[in-house]
Amino acid sequence: MSEWVIEAEQLTRRFGDFTAVDNISLQVAPGEIFGFLGANGAGKTTAMRIFCGLLEPTSGRARVAGFDAMSEAEKIKQQIGYMSQKFSLYGKLTVKENIRFFAGIYGLSRRELKEKSAEIVDRLGLASSADKQVDELPLGWKQRISFAVATVHKPKVVFLDEPTGGVDPIVRRQFWDMIYESAASGMTVFVTTHYMDEAEYCDRISIMVDGAIAVMGKPAELCAQHGVATIEDVFVSLARKATRQGD
Amino acid sequence: MRNLIYILQKEFLLIFRDRTILRLIFIMPVMQLLLIPLAADYEVKHISIAVVDQDHSSESQRLVQKVGASNYFRIVATPADYAEATRLVEAGRTDLILTIPPHFSRVLATTGHASLQLAADAVNGVRAGLGTTYALAMVREFQSELHPSPKLAGGGVPLIEVTTASWYNPHVYYPAFMVPGLLAVLVTMVGAFLSSLNIVQEKEAGTIEQINVTPIRKYEFVLGKLIPFWVLGLLSITIGMVVAKLAFGLWPAGSFLTIYVFAALYLVGVLGIGLFISTLTDTQQQATLLSFFIMMIFVLLSGLYTPIESMPRWAQHIAAFNPPSYFVEVIRGVYIKGSTLRDLLPTLIRLAGFALVFNTLAVWSYRKRSS
Amino acid sequence: MFFAFVRKEGKHVLRDRRSLLILLGLPVVMMTLFGFALSNEVKNSNFIVVDRVPDAESIALTARLDESRYFTFVGKVRDEAEIQSYFRRGAARLALVFPAGFDHEMRHLGHSQLRLIADDSDPNTANTVSSYASVIIAQYQAELASGPPGSGGISVEARMLYNPQLKSSYMFVPGVMTLIIMLLGAMMTSVSIVREKERGTMEVLLVSPMNPLMVITGKAVPYMLLCLVDVLIILLLSYGVLDMPGGANIPLLIAESTLFILTTLALGLVISNAVQQQQTAMFVSLVGLLMPSLVFSGFMFPIENMPLPLQVISHVVPTRWFYQIASSIMIKHLGFAAVIKPTLVLVGMTLALLMVSWRTFKQRL
Repeated sequence: MSEWVIEAEQLTRRFGDFTAVDNISLQVAPGEIFGFLGANGAGKTTAMRIFCGLLEPTSGRARVAGFDAMSEAEKIKQQIGYMSQKFSLYGKLTVKENIRFFAGIYGLSRRELKEKSAEIVDRLGLASSADKQVDELPLGWKQRISFAVATVHKPKVVFLDEPTGGVDPIVRRQFWDMIYESAASGMTVFVTTHYMDEAEYCDRISIMVDGAIAVMGKPAELCAQHGVATIEDVFVSLARKATRQGD
Repeated sequence: MRNLIYILQKEFLLIFRDRTILRLIFIMPVMQLLLIPLAADYEVKHISIAVVDQDHSSESQRLVQKVGASNYFRIVATPADYAEATRLVEAGRTDLILTIPPHFSRVLATTGHASLQLAADAVNGVRAGLGTTYALAMVREFQSELHPSPKLAGGGVPLIEVTTASWYNPHVYYPAFMVPGLLAVLVTMVGAFLSSLNIVQEKEAGTIEQINVTPIRKYEFVLGKLIPFWVLGLLSITIGMVVAKLAFGLWPAGSFLTIYVFAALYLVGVLGIGLFISTLTDTQQQATLLSFFIMMIFVLLSGLYTPIESMPRWAQHIAAFNPPSYFVEVIRGVYIKGSTLRDLLPTLIRLAGFALVFNTLAVWSYRKRSS
Repeated sequence: MFFAFVRKEGKHVLRDRRSLLILLGLPVVMMTLFGFALSNEVKNSNFIVVDRVPDAESIALTARLDESRYFTFVGKVRDEAEIQSYFRRGAARLALVFPAGFDHEMRHLGHSQLRLIADDSDPNTANTVSSYASVIIAQYQAELASGPPGSGGISVEARMLYNPQLKSSYMFVPGVMTLIIMLLGAMMTSVSIVREKERGTMEVLLVSPMNPLMVITGKAVPYMLLCLVDVLIILLLSYGVLDMPGGANIPLLIAESTLFILTTLALGLVISNAVQQQQTAMFVSLVGLLMPSLVFSGFMFPIENMPLPLQVISHVVPTRWFYQIASSIMIKHLGFAAVIKPTLVLVGMTLALLMVSWRTFKQRL
C-alpha cells in the first residue's frame, strides 16, 4: 500500500480528437489540501471525474484511497466524497431529508444518522432552516450543506469542484474554515478553484494548462520559482501560453 | 436492501412534493376517459343533403319529401342551382347534392326514362359511399312506388325485414368498447412518460452524478425508480376504473384480480421502456420527444382506434411486438367478455417476456460512469 | 445581433442529432402509419351465411354481398355456435341468417325476415359493417321491385366530388400536418423556453441588451423552420409516394401553414410563461394541447357525431380550423376565398394568444 491517497500516473483522457487530460501524474498525501488550478477548459473537471470513478481514463493509471480507479471504481466510492460544480442536492428535499438520504446510502446506522444530522445542522447554524426545502436557501448555504453532505460519511478524500463559485468573500471564508476543519481531522481535500487567493490557502497546488500539469508545488515555492509575488501572477504568466479557449 | 429503503423514501417524498405529477395522475385519466369515448363515434349518421329542385312538379316534390322524411338524411338547404349547392359543399355544410333537372317528371312520363344527378363530398369516402347508396336505394323505392313492378305479387315492394343482433355489447354502447382500451393506453402513457422524464430530470439537475459517486448499486437505483412509478401507474388505472364507473357505469365483467395482475406486470415492462428512453437521452426535451414518438407508434398500432386485423400484414407483424396491443386486448377482454386469468395465460407470458427484455435493456444501458 | 442569436439557437437545435432525426422522422412515420396501416374504411370484411335451404334469392343475395367491395364470402355455417367460433377466431365479422323458404316468403307472402349478426366486440366496425350490409340488401329489394338498374325508369348519375376513387386515405394528410405542427410549434418551443428558465439562463438572456421579445422569437424561429421542413416532407410524401391527386394551391397552403405555425408558437409562449418546470410544460402541452387537438381536429373523430357541448368546445381548438383549411386546400383544391373564415379565426386566435403571452411576460419582468 502506498503512502499516497491520490496517485495518478500518466493519466490521459481523450474525447474523439480532443485530449482533455494529457498525460498527468500527481500524488497527494493524506490530510493534505491540494489545490487543482487551471483556466476554464483546462481539463480540471475531467481529471476529477476520473478520480471519482465517474469517467474511465483512456490510458494511464489512477489510484484513490488505495483502489484502482479503473477496476475498483465502486470500492473507491465508499471512501470518497464529491461536490460538483453545479449544486446537486435535491432542491425539493429539506436540509435534513438530504442529509438523511445521503447518510443512509453511505451506510450510516440510524443512530449515527441522527447524531450526524443534528451535528451538521448545529455546525452550520441552520437550526431555523433545517426543515426548509434546500431550493429556498441562499447559494452560500447550499454550498456549505453540499460540503457537509459530501463528507457525511467521513471519507478519506473529498473532491470539491469549484465549491465557492458565485458567493461573497465572507461565505468563502466560512467555507474554507470547514475545509480546514476537515483536513485537520485527517481528511484529504482535493479542490479546484478559480480564486487565486484561495490557492494560497492550499498546502500544495498544481496549475493545469491545456490538459497537462504545468507546475506543481507549495504556493510559496512556486512564487519564488517564478519570481513573482502571488499565485495569480504565476497563473497569468502560464495562462498566456495556453492555446485552448475556455467555454 | 437498506439502501433501497432510503432511495424509496426520497423518491416518494419528491413525488408528493411535485404537484405536476400529482395533478397529472388525476387529470390524465379524467380527461382521456371523458373526452375520447364521447368523441369517438364513427357511426355514419346525420348525412346532410342539399336538394336542387329545378323541376318543381308534384313528383319532384314527393321525392324531396321522401328524402326529407327518411331517417338517413337531413335536408339542410334547397339552393336554386348546382353552383350554389357546390358552395355549400365547399363550406362543409352539406355532404350530398341531389339535383332534379328541369322537366324531370315530364320527361319521365313521356319517355319512361329520366335522370337525376347526385354529387357527394367524397373527402370522407365512407360517408360519401354510404350516403350515395342510401340515396340510390331511396330513388329506387320512389320509382317502384310510381310504377309498381308487375313481376311481384301484391304489386308492392317485398319487404325484407332486417334485424341485427348484438352479442357482446348488446346496447352498442361505444364507451363500453373505448373505455377499457383507453385505460390500457393511460397506464402506458403515465408509466413511460413519468419514468423517462424523472431520470432525465436528475441528469439535468446533476443530482444523478451525486448519486453515481455513492456506493449505490445499479439494481438499487433502477428499483428505486421503478417501484414508485409502478405504484403511481396502478393508482392511475384505479382512478381510471373509478372514472369509468362514475361516468359510464362500466365495471369489468371479469375480476379485478385479473386486471391488477396484468397491470402490475405490464407496468414493469412499460417502466422498463421509460428507463431505457432515459438512458438514451440527456435532456428532458429529448426524452419528451423520444417518448412521444414511441408512444405514438405504440398507441396507434395498439388496435385502440382501428382493429389490428384490418391492418396490412407488415403492420400486424409490428403490432405483434407491441406491448400495448396485448394490454388493450386484455383489458377489453376482462371488461367486455369477462375473460379470466386462465383464458389470458399466453398473453401473460408474453407480457412477462416484454418486461424482462426492456428492463434488461434498461439496466444494461444505465451506466454509473461514462466510458 | 438578432440573426446571430437565431443562428446560435439554430445551431443548438441542429447539433442535437437524435432529436433532429426524430423531428424529421416523425412526419415520415406518421404518414406511413396513417397512410398504410390505419384505415377506418371497412373493406373486404369476411362474412358467413346460415342458409339451411338455399334457394334462388338467397343465393343471389349472398352473391350480391360478395361482389361488393365491402364484403367477402368465406363460408356457410350451420348454427349460431359455429358463428361464435368464427367470431372468436376473428375469421368473420358478419353473419347473414336466411330463414328457410326465403324465396317463397318474398314472392308469395311479400315479406321475409333476415338476421344480421355482427361481431360487436368492436362496435364501430360492427356498426359500419351492418349498415353496409343493410344498404346492399335495401338496394337489392328495391331492384326486385323495379327490375335491374338501367333497364328503364329513373337513372341516377352519381358523382364523387374531390375524391372520385373514394380513397379514405388522403384525409389523414392534412390531419398529420396539423398534429405535427402542433407538436413542434407548441410543445417543443414551450419546453425549450422553460428549459432556459429552469437553468436560470433565461435571466442572463433577458438582461442582455437584446429586446426580450427578440430573445423569445429567436428561440422560436428554428422550430418554425423545422415545422416548415416537416410540412414539405409531408407534401413530398403525399405527392411522391401516395399519389395524391395534384392541383392544390401549394403556396396558399404554405402561407396558411405559416399562419398556423404562428398560432402554435403563440400557444407555446403562453404555456412557457405560465409554468416553471419543463416537466409541467410538457404535460400541459400533452394533456392540454395534443390530446384535444387530436380529438377535436375532426380528422380522427367526426365532429358532427359529438355531443353538443363537445361540438361547441371544438370551436376554440385551433387545430379544428387549420384542419378545415388544410383539407379544403389539399383535398378539395379550393382557393383562398373558401378558407377566409377559418383563416380569420386563426388570425384572431393568434393575436389574442400573443397579447396574453405579452401581458403575462411583462408582469414577470
